[in-house]
Amino acid sequence: MKTQNQRAWFFVLPVLLLVAFNALIPMMTVVNYSVQETFGDNLFFWEGLRWFQEVLQSERFHNALGRQFFFTFMILIIEIPLGIAIALSMPKKGPWVPVCLVLMALPMLIPWNVVGAMWNIFTLPDIGLLGYFLNHTLGISYDMTQDPVAAWVTIIVMDVWHWTSLVVLLSYAGLVSIPNAYYQAAEIDGASNWAVFRFIQLPKMKTVLTIAILLRFMDSFNIYTEPFVLTGGGPGNSTTLLSIDLVKIALGQFDLGPAAAMSLIYFAITLLTSWLFYTLMTKDDNKA
Amino acid sequence: MRMRNLVPILYILFLMLPIYWLVAMSFKTTNEILSGFSLFPQTWTFENYIAIFTDPTWYWGYINSIIYVTLNTVISVSVALPAAYAFSRYSFVGDKHLFFWLLTNRMAPAAVFALPFFQLYSAVGLFDTHLAVALAHCLFNVPLAVWILEGFMSGVPKELDETAYVDGYSFPRFFMTIFLPAIKSGVGVAAFFCFMFSWVEMLLSKTLTAVEAKPIAAVMTRTASSAGYELGLLAAAGTLTIIPGAIVIYFVRNYIAKGFALGRV
Repeated sequence: MKTQNQRAWFFVLPVLLLVAFNALIPMMTVVNYSVQETFGDNLFFWEGLRWFQEVLQSERFHNALGRQFFFTFMILIIEIPLGIAIALSMPKKGPWVPVCLVLMALPMLIPWNVVGAMWNIFTLPDIGLLGYFLNHTLGISYDMTQDPVAAWVTIIVMDVWHWTSLVVLLSYAGLVSIPNAYYQAAEIDGASNWAVFRFIQLPKMKTVLTIAILLRFMDSFNIYTEPFVLTGGGPGNSTTLLSIDLVKIALGQFDLGPAAAMSLIYFAITLLTSWLFYTLMTKDDNKA
Repeated sequence: MRMRNLVPILYILFLMLPIYWLVAMSFKTTNEILSGFSLFPQTWTFENYIAIFTDPTWYWGYINSIIYVTLNTVISVSVALPAAYAFSRYSFVGDKHLFFWLLTNRMAPAAVFALPFFQLYSAVGLFDTHLAVALAHCLFNVPLAVWILEGFMSGVPKELDETAYVDGYSFPRFFMTIFLPAIKSGVGVAAFFCFMFSWVEMLLSKTLTAVEAKPIAAVMTRTASSAGYELGLLAAAGTLTIIPGAIVIYFVRNYIAKGFALGRV
């Protein structure tokens, strides 16, 4: 049981002030813009909920949101099973395990714009390793800047490259925590590999997998830099994900009202997922 | 069994390919890059690296990034320590709501904050300083540090605190000499993750700087867009950004998963 102590607030105060400065003031700005129209010169006119209606009804927003959900769905459906499969085939111990872990974590430590630039260089049709291989060795016509399908495949493969290791690391952490006695018992019972996975490994990985899915959902939903550097949202608008579109509207066209309204809708989704994450995490805390 | 080992090996190979290509490109001359495809650099050259290390715009990009990343790591961990202690040991009015609210900031999309941050930090006169970027990155790094540290602290039995008080330790002395050493791996992991997320983030650091504190990411995008085909230079700059991460990751290799799980594995 934790001690009841209201003075603990003093411990939390620095964090509270710092995060409030960064979160609440910008949030107020956004709310302010979302209900007003401006033509510059600091002149603002009350618009009520017009921007929200406009954004929610605009085809552009529907398309960006659709692309965003498609992207998130695709990377989840690839990264989660792939990550689990790789974690399962890793040795439990040995001198190679730390080496594997470090190498696998490496992509996650590369600045996001470098990830985009790296994949750009990697996929250039005539001088990139992958681009050359596909075009000249396999004879598949591949040019990400011309072909929307190629652009989509590339941003999905890039994300798989970038973040599957997160799922691997978390699943692996769950797997090594299973005591050997479980496996011995399974062997005595003559359980198949599938049964061991279904009834021992998967339940033990439940918490870490929940974390992995929610983190990947959130982070892929907020993704901006990597696809922006790689495709710039193109060709056309075909890979303009939600964040890219938002920055285009806010900083490119300076349509502050619609951008702010879009931000708040974005935030509502964030809030919902965070709540889900929090509930699932703390439910587990209480049990332990 | 042998077949099984093939899976991680193939996966690591897949991870290394684009990195290999980036490094290979960085050792090629511009002529070689433009003249066609070559799997290995035909004539090794260091001119791309020399260009970076002799041009102040380039190497100051790295120095600026390292300054704000370090500043951010120090600020995040030091404010998160007492807060994480409070969350792990005491219950107080609103603790759960506060903990949840912190998490929402970790999950918030940076794109939403770009413009309001620009206005906020311009208004307080911090625009284009290292401190501005360091403080802005606190938005997601402080919540992360609090969550990770809270996870590690909750693993330390409460009896440790109680025994120390019985022995007559004051709180600051207990915290510095007994408690901190007990969770030092947690502090290391929290610092690593703050370092990492501040290092890889680009949208905010680019928005909040112009000249004086311009991060390496911004220098790179300018080269990519203005000079058009300086791929070798771009590749060399990219290669150099991988090094700090590769060094620090070695120290936390056994705790990476715990950090990503925000201290809850």
